[in-house]
Parts: sequence; structure tokens; C-alpha cells
Amino acid sequence: MSDVSQPAAHPPVTDWVNDFDHTDPQWTDDPFPIWDELRAASPVVHTERFLGCYMPTTYDAVREIANDPEHFSSRRIIVRDVRPELTRNAAPPITSDPPVHKPAKQLLLPPFTPDAMKKLEPRMRAICNELIDGFIADGKVDAAARYSKYIPVQAIAHMLGIPESDSDLFINWIHMILELSIKDESKLLEAVQEMSAYFRTQIEERRSRPTDDLISYLMNAKDKEGQPLEESHVLGSLRLLLIAGIDTTWSAIGSSLWHLARTPADRERLIAEPGLIPTAVEELLRAYSPVTMAREVVKETTVSGCPVKAGNMVLLSFPAANRDPKMFPDADKVVIDRRENRHAAFGLGIHRCVGSNLARMEMQVALEEWLKRIPDFALDPAGTVTWSQGTVRGPRQLPFLLGRAM
Amino acid sequence: MTERLKVHVDPDKCQGHARCKALAPELFELDEYGNAHEAGNGIVPPGLEDKAWLAKSNCPEIAIDVIEE
Repeated sequence: MSDVSQPAAHPPVTDWVNDFDHTDPQWTDDPFPIWDELRAASPVVHTERFLGCYMPTTYDAVREIANDPEHFSSRRIIVRDVRPELTRNAAPPITSDPPVHKPAKQLLLPPFTPDAMKKLEPRMRAICNELIDGFIADGKVDAAARYSKYIPVQAIAHMLGIPESDSDLFINWIHMILELSIKDESKLLEAVQEMSAYFRTQIEERRSRPTDDLISYLMNAKDKEGQPLEESHVLGSLRLLLIAGIDTTWSAIGSSLWHLARTPADRERLIAEPGLIPTAVEELLRAYSPVTMAREVVKETTVSGCPVKAGNMVLLSFPAANRDPKMFPDADKVVIDRRENRHAAFGLGIHRCVGSNLARMEMQVALEEWLKRIPDFALDPAGTVTWSQGTVRGPRQLPFLLGRAM
Repeated sequence: MTERLKVHVDPDKCQGHARCKALAPELFELDEYGNAHEAGNGIVPPGLEDKAWLAKSNCPEIAIDVIEE
């Protein structure tokens, strides 16, 4: 008897160009040579897996799709084995198409401007230092599990006005939604229900005791007609802010530290020239972009000359676009003072990441505070680096030796 | 005579990445949604030409023009 909730087994990939699978362990460990192979074959490749899925491999093809919401819908944004039933207000505006996308996005933009992020910066520096205090004396640390993981979750919890001490609960939901749900839809439903219940309780509390956090902001928001948002919209946007704000930046900070642990020359230069950190952050975002979004083809069209058929998903790999040598000279090298860098780590077009200013601030602060206090660190040869699977790529175990322990 | 530079942000292309504001804060401003427009009339004061080109070459949406007059 088969158990429908059992994750489907994926046979190992032997033909990357015609049968790619972004959940294959080879891809999860080291996707870069695979992307090069796919790009050399075609600007758009296809797999029968995941009920049919295209992947644009070049910067131009990714840009074309990102700027074409008419043919490529955002109603499904994760490539999974199944196509979960469509729900209205799943996670607006990331799951919204025009014309409902724009007002939903405009609602979320003001709290995330660069100026708004500057006000949050002192709290971020304190969070980073509190985390470092917790392990610096040990001489070794899993920097993913004890540092990069907790910076964004505490930041978004602070903005939403929910307890930073609930961080592990939030991280578990995100793991279920972004990783486990690729092969097991029941994990998605379970996490969404738990999150919605959590936020409903928070909303109830604020009805009697209003606050000045993002939950109250969304509860009090009005649409163009001056009407309050539907509850499903408020809940959907709250789920989005929590999901999108956490393992994305966790991954970006982790990948950056992973690079610096393996590249002493870059580390020493950033310590000597801390003014270069913002430029280096852009390059680390390009080289190790964490986020791959998806689209669903809703109308037949062509991309970079390749026909694409409705009903297929698209693995919209901003990370692969950012490694396209036609767009970036020495695309496979990390050049921390790269001057021209129109990378697409935060997406392109109308779905540009709402939290990009927050993520940039968090990355800069996380690297600045780490390098100030821990200038010397290296990968621990006794440990293993592991990487997440699927929509967001970043180190989940990052064993380091610190300072004198090296 | 030296050429004068002007910057211009195409409001239909800008998606609020805010790279221009970070790289050339003297030349660009952001609205309440974080979308960019050129500061004042867009004329680049002497000495800031490099920042104008830098902002252009870092805009992910290719929304910035640098016009030589």
C-alpha cells in the first residue's frame, strides 16, 4: 500500500542537459559546473521531472522571463513534484500577478526603504555581537547554526513584533515550506496552517493592545478604496515576510563567511579596507546568490529563441544568471572590488525582493561585526560543510576553527 | 569646452533596487516606496562623473541613462 505523504524518490541524474534536477545531491553540493554545462547546451533547457520544467541558463533569458508576467505567472513560485491547488492570497505580492500585484507590493515597500533599514542597524549590530559572545571563547563554531541562521530571523521578528525567542519555531516552518515540501506537499500545508494560527493569535492580541510593528501596520492598512485588507491578505503577507526574510539572508551570510574562511587574501583585504565591504557584499551576492524563484508558463511563447509550452514550470535561476560569463567577465571568480555588477540576486522586474535593503544591511553588519572580533578563521577539517536544497541555497553546517584554535 | 553630464532614471524601469542611491547619494533620491529618481535637474556636478557612470553600470534594471551634453 502506498502512503501518499511519502516523498517521491528521484533517480540520480545522468543527463544534466535533458534531465536536470535541482534536488540532486550533485547539484546541491556544487551547482556551478552543472550550470556551465547547461548554458553551453542552450539558453533554455528542459526536464520532464517536476511535471515538466524549463530552466533559463543565461542572464538574458532570465531577464526576459522576469520581465514577462503575461506568459510567466507567479502564482506558483516553487518548483515541486506536485502542483498544489491555487489559493488566493497565498503570499502577496510574491505570488501575485498584475494588476493585483502593484498595490500589494506598494503596501510593503515603505517599511523596507534604505532609510527605514538604517534605524534597524543598531539592533542588528547588537544581535550579531550577542551571538558572537555565545561562542567566541570556544575556539570553534558551526557558523551557520549559531551565527548566520539567527541574524535574519531575529531581525524580521523584531520588525514584525513577534518574540525573537520563537526563532527556532519560525526556522522549522521555513524548512518545511522551502525544502521538505518540494517532495512532500503535506509539509507545506502543515506549516502554513501553523503559521496562520500563530499570526491570528498575534492579530487578536493587537486588537486590544495596538503596537507600532509590521503586524499592526498590515492590520491597519487600507486598499485603494479605503477598505481594510482582507484577513487572508494580511495573513498571506505576514507569512511571506517571515518566509522570505529568513533563510535567504541566513544563506547569503553563510556563503559569504564560507568564502572568507577559504580565501584569506579577501578576508585580510576587507579587514584592512572595511570601506570595501559594501562592494564585496554585492560580489558575494552575485557569486553565491541564494534565491532561485519559479514561474509557471501560462501561455506558449519563446525565450531567447527557444519555444516554451504552457503548463510547465520555470526554474528561474537568478544564481545561474549571475554566473553568465557573457554578462560578467570572470564570472566564476569572486572579485571583491568588482565595479560593474548589475547582478540579479534580488530578482529582476516587478518582483524585485521587497527585503533587499534589509538583506544588504544585515549582510554588511554581519560581516563587519564578525571581522572586527574574529579576523582569523578557517574551515574545520574535522567537520563537513552541508548545503540546503531547492529554492534557497546556503550552508546549513559551517564548521569553523577560530583564531588560536586554527 | 568640457562636456556636462546629466543622469536620468526611467521611472517605468526602476524597481527600487536602490543601488544608485547607495553608490551616488548626491545624484539620486528615493521616494516613499524606495524607487529612485534623479536629484534636482539631474545635472552631475564636477567631480561626480565617476559616480554617475558607476550608478548606471550597477543598475540591475538598466533604468539609468547618463547623457553627455
